[in-house]
Amino acid sequence: MTTLTKPDTSSAPQDPAGDAPFLSVRDLYVRFATEDGTVKAVDGLSFDLERGETLGIVGESGSGKSVTNLAILGLHNPRNTTITGEILLDGQELTGASQRTLERLRGNKMAMIFQDSLTALSPYYTVGRQIAEPFMKHTGASRREARARAIEMLAKVGIPQPQTRVDDYPHQFSGGMRQRAMIALALVCDPALLIADEPTTALDVTVQAQVLDLLKDLQQETGTAIILITHDLGVIANTADKVVVMYAGRAVERGTTREILKEPQHPYAWGLLGSIPRLTASVDVPLAPIPGSPPSLLNPPSGCPFHTRCAFTATVGGDRCSTERPQLPDGRGSACHLTAEQKRDIFIEQIQPRLR
Amino acid sequence: MLRFLVRRVLGAAVILVLISFVTYLLFFALPSDPALLSCGKNCNPQNLALIHKNLGLDKPIPVQWWNYVVGIFAGRHLPLGNCPAPCFGLSFNNDTSVWSLLKDRYPTTLSLAIGGSVTFLVIGVGLGLISAWKQGSVFDRVASSISLLGQSVQIYFIGPLAIYLFSVQLGWLDRGHDPDWTSDPVGSLTGLVLPCLIMSVIFWSNYSRQTRSLMVEQLSEEHVRTARAKGMGSKYVFFRYALRGAMGPIVTIFGIDLGSVFGGAIITEATFGLHGLGNLAVSAVLQSDLPLEMGVMLVGATSIVFFNILIDACYAFIDPRIRLA
Repeated sequence: MTTLTKPDTSSAPQDPAGDAPFLSVRDLYVRFATEDGTVKAVDGLSFDLERGETLGIVGESGSGKSVTNLAILGLHNPRNTTITGEILLDGQELTGASQRTLERLRGNKMAMIFQDSLTALSPYYTVGRQIAEPFMKHTGASRREARARAIEMLAKVGIPQPQTRVDDYPHQFSGGMRQRAMIALALVCDPALLIADEPTTALDVTVQAQVLDLLKDLQQETGTAIILITHDLGVIANTADKVVVMYAGRAVERGTTREILKEPQHPYAWGLLGSIPRLTASVDVPLAPIPGSPPSLLNPPSGCPFHTRCAFTATVGGDRCSTERPQLPDGRGSACHLTAEQKRDIFIEQIQPRLR
Repeated sequence: MLRFLVRRVLGAAVILVLISFVTYLLFFALPSDPALLSCGKNCNPQNLALIHKNLGLDKPIPVQWWNYVVGIFAGRHLPLGNCPAPCFGLSFNNDTSVWSLLKDRYPTTLSLAIGGSVTFLVIGVGLGLISAWKQGSVFDRVASSISLLGQSVQIYFIGPLAIYLFSVQLGWLDRGHDPDWTSDPVGSLTGLVLPCLIMSVIFWSNYSRQTRSLMVEQLSEEHVRTARAKGMGSKYVFFRYALRGAMGPIVTIFGIDLGSVFGGAIITEATFGLHGLGNLAVSAVLQSDLPLEMGVMLVGATSIVFFNILIDACYAFIDPRIRLA
């Protein structure tokens, strides 16, 4: 005789690193109240990330990439920002978490690298002190231990003579070195999640590659999950495992890096790929930029937000693109009304030839 | 840092030499002849020439100026008496040494200037900080209206009112008297409370508003966001990162205000009946007492130049980018 017992739901949320992803963002909405109205900066975004994985988030400026990640860290301005949805980090809910909880996680379990290291580091304190601060706060280390740790981190990110450079101010570092110091700062507590917001945009191309390699090496060493925010598909190609393409605050396409680069499905992703200059391309062939500009998030277009700039609304037919919002399927897929066959055919016949 | 200071001190010396020369020219080359005053009613050319000689007015102006400057450092023997260094000449009015008059009066003005500055910096910056911390709160709004009120009053108007209210009626505060730091430091301090408070009122609003807006600006800076991203507490971020960034501009504004601070101190001492440089200068001007005027002028200028250097040193201390430049 068997006794059927109800599953105990009260202990369910504490999923002990089972099948739940390490970071799970579900139906995230971020809205800013401004004088002109409500800006829907992030509009129903979902993605998952496992430990040791790199997720690339690609999109134009204002597509909601940075806002999403500031929301994960809780760095938005609570005065005018409303966040709904779910952000689960290792089973812990971050939306609506108290400042105290977030402060304990920030710089510790989750850390962020910002774009412009000149403005993102304080000009008033030495690099060493800025790296040591979160270490002291989160591990309770003494000043001396934290300083030793800062030197260790500077050495790790490839700063020469870290024992002396630790006492330098940010303005005494070169741009590449500052970004390395920024990485050292973010990684000082061995975070499980690292968000890199355009980490190489402000750097020379040669330094960009070094910094990306450094991030990759450090990830292999520590198993950190990385979210790499960028508008540069070239950066994604070398570093990310999977990619979310964002447009107007929504995810419009999702897939592995290979899938996004080799068989992109969304017209916006095609546009992004077509905008990349190629060294092997003929000098006479102009780039194919996406026409128009990103929509205002105060008043986003109805239906598919990309329809105002899309060349394929006629292929879909009717006014479906401007009235019905396409849904992004779970897993590999794109939010577009074109059928799978249409997407494949258009990409092979019209887009791919231009990319060579 | 040392090189920075040496450079600034040398620059200041040049400025002071220029100031002394220009003021000397202005005062002594003016058409009003100070000898006429001393000459009295039955004045004849012989008397006048004698007085000119006694006052040292018979020599060319550059020579007079040179003797004057040398006298400050070396002292000089004047026809009317000996004048040991630092010699700022003898008062035309009663032949007393200008230096002894200055020495007598300067502590009052300096105490007021320093005390008033500390008061308005603490109150003004403090109000600004609280407003920035509680942006948009009731306190924020009330504080900005109060400080606006403060800016629209005058020391000589609220001074007597404050004396009447706080010392005559309520008896809480000393009505203000000249400080004497060596024999009565506590009494000096309590005697300065009311004058310093009243003097500070006109400066509050500027500092609280500037501090508030600087802090709001700093709080949205990226390096402040980085500090938050590191998990540092909001108070820590507010004071260590945002305030650190706001301090430079506040100190700069204070440097610009130095002149007004000394001006404010002079008005305040007049209002509270204190004996500082202010009424010394006024009586010197009224009596065409040129050496005294020169002395007050130079002491004032030296003070402002000196505090400017001090402020620049502070600025270099606050911002490492300046220190190394």
